[in-house]
Amino acid sequence: MRLVVDLNKCQGYAQCAFLAPDVFVMHGEEALAYDPRPDAEQRERVARAVAACPVQAITADGLDAPSVRAETAEGGAVPATVTPREVVTVEARDGR
Amino acid sequence: MADDRMERLRREGRIAIVGASLAGLRAAETLRAEGFTGELTLIGDEPYEPYDRPPLSKGVLMGLASPEHTDLPQRWEIDAKWRLGVAATGLDLPGRRVLLADGDDVEYDRLLIATGTRARPWPNEAEAALDGVLVLRTRDDAVRLQQRLKAGPRRVFVIGAGFAGCEIASACREKGIAVTVAERAGAPLVGALGGVIGAVSADLMTENGVDLRTHVTVTALEGDSVGRVRAVHLSDESVVEADVVVVSLGSLRNTEWLTGSGLGAGPRGIACDAGCRAFDFRGIVTDDVFVAGDVARSPHALFGYQFLSLEHWGNAVAQAETAAHNMICLPADRRPHLWMPAFWSSQFGVNIKSVGVPPMGDDLMIVQGSLAERRFVGVYGHQGRMVAAVSFDNTRWLEFYQRQIERGAPFPVEFPTVDRRPEGRQPVAADFPDPSLPTHAPGVTLSGYSPADQQLVFTPARH
Ligand SMILES: Cc1cc2nc3c(=O)[nH]c(=O)nc-3n(C[C@H](O)[C@H](O)[C@H](O)COP(=O)(O)OP(=O)(O)OC[C@H]3O[C@@H](n4cnc5c(N)ncnc54)[C@H](O)[C@@H]3O)c2cc1C
Ligand code: SF4
Repeated sequence: MRLVVDLNKCQGYAQCAFLAPDVFVMHGEEALAYDPRPDAEQRERVARAVAACPVQAITADGLDAPSVRAETAEGGAVPATVTPREVVTVEARDGR
Repeated sequence: MADDRMERLRREGRIAIVGASLAGLRAAETLRAEGFTGELTLIGDEPYEPYDRPPLSKGVLMGLASPEHTDLPQRWEIDAKWRLGVAATGLDLPGRRVLLADGDDVEYDRLLIATGTRARPWPNEAEAALDGVLVLRTRDDAVRLQQRLKAGPRRVFVIGAGFAGCEIASACREKGIAVTVAERAGAPLVGALGGVIGAVSADLMTENGVDLRTHVTVTALEGDSVGRVRAVHLSDESVVEADVVVVSLGSLRNTEWLTGSGLGAGPRGIACDAGCRAFDFRGIVTDDVFVAGDVARSPHALFGYQFLSLEHWGNAVAQAETAAHNMICLPADRRPHLWMPAFWSSQFGVNIKSVGVPPMGDDLMIVQGSLAERRFVGVYGHQGRMVAAVSFDNTRWLEFYQRQIERGAPFPVEFPTVDRRPEGRQPVAADFPDPSLPTHAPGVTLSGYSPADQQLVFTPARH
């Protein structure tokens, strides 16, 4: 299993670090660091992280789950609904 | 008729890619994804399948990943002939052949050049050969550096405070290793982000225990009796003892193999049109040779059609995809490479990101957050337009500014922004060094004049 995160896309939402903490770690508040070749036993968790990333920044191969693979193979266009929603959240927090 | 020829190319043509790294791999995947079923050859002088470089100065040095395990995932079955560990040594443009170091050659109908860059070596060869003097560009470099760091050096000395230099220093501090960084400019990152942001980075470094020396150059590396580096001499006459020296002075473009080929290739890279087609030395665009990634220089519509060399991961991916698409489609279906420049870096636990072309900016406004808190968004302006934005731990806002840049939004920024502080109401000079002076690894090189530049005067030679 090999993986790469497009850190231009990554917004530091940390879903991946929550779902696969041995593979993805937050370094500081929003910088993501990761192991690009995790052990096979991490496969399930990585697959979940790939699927959960709100901006589809994670590309992995060698994952079992075919649905996940198909998703990432698209090159991961950002679903239109994701970013605006998150921006609203941030605005609400900062505007308090 | 053209349709028939293109169909045949797509079905049974021969495509060669020189440079088997990020751009080369992404191009190969795109070719297959877009239906190319002919013969595909990937030529790379490194003996490895494509691997990712950014982790080499981050996660790898922090101990999160092995330097040998950063291989890039392959998104598509690319079914290529791999010629790894063998360099391309020449190009026969009329004969459509790539010449290889082992005497072989590879014929092509379409060629993609993605030979990237290499680390600029320490200019004094004898000093560069001292044991303990390293660079960081390749997997092998990373293995060497990691071994040195593991051995517990007394002090690491980093020459050059560009992104890579800062990241290496950050990793050293994280491991409790003493580190000195020397930079010719007044602060780290000035070539990429200017002096105002550079000062923030300088504070960050010193606070984290880096011995930062600015306005100095390294004059000599001193070895001991058995050829190991032991000290670094600086232009202010100080001497710093160190047993590992990392030379981080930016990069050189891998174009030497094209010398004499007739392509417009040189130290500044290979110039290409917006569709990634290479220019020959006469400035005439070729139809079968394409370029992508760190080695390319291409005009960008959003930035006055200036030729930009972008040493950015995201650029290599996007340009490779565009080049591959254009290689196997009819002229009317070609796409321009209009990627918005973007990069990231992480150091000392801070996430630094940028969109647009900061070095093009004259002025800077901190539109959100504050420099003192090291959590902010800064916007760069040039001739009344927004041309770039940078964020420190504030990445979620960048996309908004990207849209503004794409739209050519006015500068100074007048719209109200969340968390705008008094310091951000007025633009200040972004404080980039004189572009004619060399800096360490700016990451973006503005090369060539903008056609919009009114100061340009054409003076015909008198014979
Ligand atoms: C340590 C490090 C950290 C980085 N961090 C970041 C970051 O945080 N963010 C970011 O945006 N970018 C970063 N980058 C930059 C990013 O990695 C590059 O932009 C990217 O690798 C460019 O890909 P490329 O395929 O164009 O070129 P390269 O990766 O340079 O690949 C070119 C390949 O061609 C080979 N080659 C050269 N000449 C020949 C020849 N004659 N024959 C055959 N093969 C040849 C080379 O050996 C190499 O394998 C970093 C780079 C390094 C080195
Ligand atoms: S889940 Fe996606 S956006 Fe969030 S930190 Fe991981 S890679 Fe980044």
